[in-house]
Amino acid sequence: MEIARLTIKDISRMLRNREASAVEITNGFYERIESTDAKIGAYISLCREKALEDAANAQKKADAGEGGLLNGVPAAVKDNMCTEGMATTCASRMLENFIPPYTATAVEKIKAEGAVLLGKLNLDEFAMGSSTGNSYFGQTKNPWDERRVPGGSSGGSAAAVASGQAVFALGSDTGGSIRQPAAFCGVVGLKPTYGTVSRHGLVAFASSLDQIGPLTKTVEDSAIVLNAISGRDQRDSTSMETGIPDYTEGIDGGARGLMIGVPSQYLSDGVSPGVRKQIGEAIKAYEKMGAVCEETSIELADYAIAAYYIISSAEASSNLARYDGIKYGYRSSGYANLTDLYNKTRSEGFGSEAKRRIMLGTYVLSSGYYDAYYKKALRVRRLIKNEFDALFKKYDLILGPTAPTTAFRIGEKEGNPLEMYMGDVFTVSVNIAGLPAISIPCGLDENNLPVGMQLIGKAFGERTILRAAKAFEMEFPFLISEEGGRHGL
Amino acid sequence: MKITEETVEYVAGLARLLLSADEKKMMSDQMGDILEYMDKLNSLDTRDILPMEHLERASNVFREDSVVKSFDRDKILANAPDKEEGAFKVPRIVD
Amino acid sequence: MDYEVVIGLEIHVELATKSKIFCGCTTEFGGEVNTHCCPVCTSMPGTLPVMNEKAVEFAVKAGLAMNCEIAEFSKMDRKNYFYPDLPKAYQISQFDLPICKGGYVDIDINGKMKRIGITRIHIEEDAGKLIHDPHGKGSLVDYNRCGVPLIEIVSEPDMSSPEEARKYFEKVRSILQYTGVSDCRMQEGSIRADVNLSLRPAGSTKLGTRTEMKNLNSFRSVFNAAESEIKRQSGILRQGGRVGQETRRWDDDAGKSFPMRNKEEAHDYRYFPEPDLVPIILTKERIDAYRESLPELPWKRFARYTEEMGIPGYDAGIITASVKTSDFFEEAVKYGADAKTAANWIMGDLMRLMNDAGTEDIPFGGKMLAELADLIGQGRISNNIAKTVLSEMFATGGTPSFIVKEKGLEVVSDRDELARIVDKVISHNKKSVEDYMGGKEKAMGFLMGQVMRETGGKANPTMVKAMLADGLKKAMEP
Repeated sequence: MEIARLTIKDISRMLRNREASAVEITNGFYERIESTDAKIGAYISLCREKALEDAANAQKKADAGEGGLLNGVPAAVKDNMCTEGMATTCASRMLENFIPPYTATAVEKIKAEGAVLLGKLNLDEFAMGSSTGNSYFGQTKNPWDERRVPGGSSGGSAAAVASGQAVFALGSDTGGSIRQPAAFCGVVGLKPTYGTVSRHGLVAFASSLDQIGPLTKTVEDSAIVLNAISGRDQRDSTSMETGIPDYTEGIDGGARGLMIGVPSQYLSDGVSPGVRKQIGEAIKAYEKMGAVCEETSIELADYAIAAYYIISSAEASSNLARYDGIKYGYRSSGYANLTDLYNKTRSEGFGSEAKRRIMLGTYVLSSGYYDAYYKKALRVRRLIKNEFDALFKKYDLILGPTAPTTAFRIGEKEGNPLEMYMGDVFTVSVNIAGLPAISIPCGLDENNLPVGMQLIGKAFGERTILRAAKAFEMEFPFLISEEGGRHGL
Repeated sequence: MKITEETVEYVAGLARLLLSADEKKMMSDQMGDILEYMDKLNSLDTRDILPMEHLERASNVFREDSVVKSFDRDKILANAPDKEEGAFKVPRIVD
Repeated sequence: MDYEVVIGLEIHVELATKSKIFCGCTTEFGGEVNTHCCPVCTSMPGTLPVMNEKAVEFAVKAGLAMNCEIAEFSKMDRKNYFYPDLPKAYQISQFDLPICKGGYVDIDINGKMKRIGITRIHIEEDAGKLIHDPHGKGSLVDYNRCGVPLIEIVSEPDMSSPEEARKYFEKVRSILQYTGVSDCRMQEGSIRADVNLSLRPAGSTKLGTRTEMKNLNSFRSVFNAAESEIKRQSGILRQGGRVGQETRRWDDDAGKSFPMRNKEEAHDYRYFPEPDLVPIILTKERIDAYRESLPELPWKRFARYTEEMGIPGYDAGIITASVKTSDFFEEAVKYGADAKTAANWIMGDLMRLMNDAGTEDIPFGGKMLAELADLIGQGRISNNIAKTVLSEMFATGGTPSFIVKEKGLEVVSDRDELARIVDKVISHNKKSVEDYMGGKEKAMGFLMGQVMRETGGKANPTMVKAMLADGLKKAMEP
């Protein structure tokens, strides 16, 4: 069995059947990382020593017939989730040397289920971006084509899973940051309903939109990881009791009878022909499986980007204010007084995209512009939510492409932030409305690049999403090769 | 939407960012473009729509008033760029 | 031209919760710097606030006690600004939907009631503390107080003299103590006031330019700061100048205020709803339950003391001003002390002892005062001895009967012993005896005094009086 293709279920079976030990598997992944990551650049840091200890413990549990859902499964997490005693950088110079004294709930939970943490993964600085090019530690490359971006901001997470450098990864999604890189790298990325996974320990970008979720090779793995990380957490007031004990339940139920809406806006001229073609194939596939696909309309699709960038930047400007060079993180050398310390530290510590968002967010909250921008965006937020509510009276799922294009070239959108933002057009409204959505591989375009299909569900409707996604995956298995895969539909 | 460099300076001051002349110029252009794009929201009639300040799925999430042991001071200060006598150290504040 | 004074107060009060507002760290005062801290209250990346339910309860109770309308829907907001004592660079506070609004408190001005409006009461978190670095080069930051829950009580500009401002501050403090919302320890800064003051030509309805004086933590400094600011502003106005809108720092020792260094920027706090916290929704039932759990408030007690117990209004006012004194009085009466007697003891000797010791705490319970009154009532000690006993109780915390016994203060009622002393006094004070016989009734008092002196004040005065009268009658007989 090739290391690169192992799924969570494979590893459980291997440990159970004593095909390999947890330590061997973990070592295998580090070898894979050694041979691959110089090209890909998915990891910011590794923790082999600790991982091998954890693997040995996992093996003991396996030997005793114990161990959780993820026992002995090598995994990695986006470097914006706190890990006690291990640097958590957010890919920023600001936090280059920050070592948290505590661990994020989601990370704690996968470890409690026996997952072996291999290391921390690259991202756009503070999760702001769609290319993983805004990283202080350098650009992560797309395993399908190293001249291209892996997407972002969870680009390290998607690239690591796609190139077989981790069985699964945790990412965070504020406006598409799990789904878009999953689409670009040909893996499964799930953004759960807001409140499903605790944000405690996730370094905040935009608190009302951020949500942690899994990036996996299969839909079932996604459900397994979600089982591990979901649940109400006392330390996050916005986390909720979802009342869903098992996300794998009913996952093999097929797509028959599902009502699927396909908004015409999601297949407009702005979507590349290759992506449109694959989504068209997917619709046919669903119909063949007995689902009802119907063209519908999301009138507000065009406004979501504007509302999203106002709300997320406003929250970000406040969330990133704590990086002031006093309590932790970077401090400029050579300052004359307190104001100078603040100004220099923040100007030198943040990269240009973070600064742009801080500026934008500060502006839309500032006196005189608050009503015109921030408050207006909150009103539009309600309109968007209302529109989804109405759609979900009729449909079980909304289907469309995850992104209008496949992976673009590194540097292609540099210097034009607005163009970069437009790429989030299909993902942001999901965060605005706090809904769950998945991106699953949907074949390749004419450049042999993966196309991602997005399924949006109603709040806490993850099981419907997973069931539909699994049905599609069964019909059109999408294989991940050593290099990231050249095997499509 | 035109964002003047004075506005950029004012906002940078609020955000405690120091921008070079080039950065100011770039920021004023880019913010201008982005805000102009955002102005498209004005074509939506939202007069009767309440701002959605929360997702409105939860309310009254409280913790009980009980004391939990604080962290060791060393851990609290471990990441501080400058510290002295158990405290975070900053440049002298006059006032 | 005559000027009218317009004063409004913003009072910040630390709530009496055990733990901080958003984390479990203790709110205990003192402690080594940065030892009451955790990742949440030092704002480490990734941490989130969770609201302490007790903080909400206390805020609502304060509002109810000050006749406010309680918001059925309220939320927390972020107030953004940079300062080293504010580790998140925003303070979690309330902006447009405070938990309480539109209340009032009544104060007594020369026997007349004046109503001071409360604009709003909102919940917020305290900041840390800056310590001047003893070695000169920098400042040090201590986050122990960071995240202690506060309420801010904003009054209407309804006060028109420093005296009214002081009275209002006293009244608010008293209410907060009664309701248990705060212990209001002034030395620890757990209650502090900002005084907003402006002048306007008498009769004008337009408000003048106001100044704000920050962080006054005693009744006296509120009074003095207001008085000094009136002088300063009227001085400027009389010279045809203009008062600048500014924040000033009151220096108690210097007895004057100084302008605070102007912040470089206009205040643009960019308030917006705190996305890490969910709304607070209070049902009518919940608000009613809080209302029912409120203790009896000072004005209710005042009415009961004056109407049912016959305590003079002045005394009742002073006793009810402090919940501690009032609770002490209640306890004394509960354990059998006569209400008027107990009130007299409190108004006289106890107040003097408290003033001398510079404390508001009585080191023993009201039950002890009842016991003391009982000893007097039984004739076991005299009123004068009781004063001595009370001082001793105050100093040592001992019980009255223990002190009386240990110090041998009990009244001498031994007839033989007293007879011996009476005889001795009569035989040693021939002049007074003659005066008495000559019709000078006053001489009797002198002789009584002599007997008391001989017994160290412990003689049973009723018996002495009777025995002296007897002895003198015998002496008059030929």
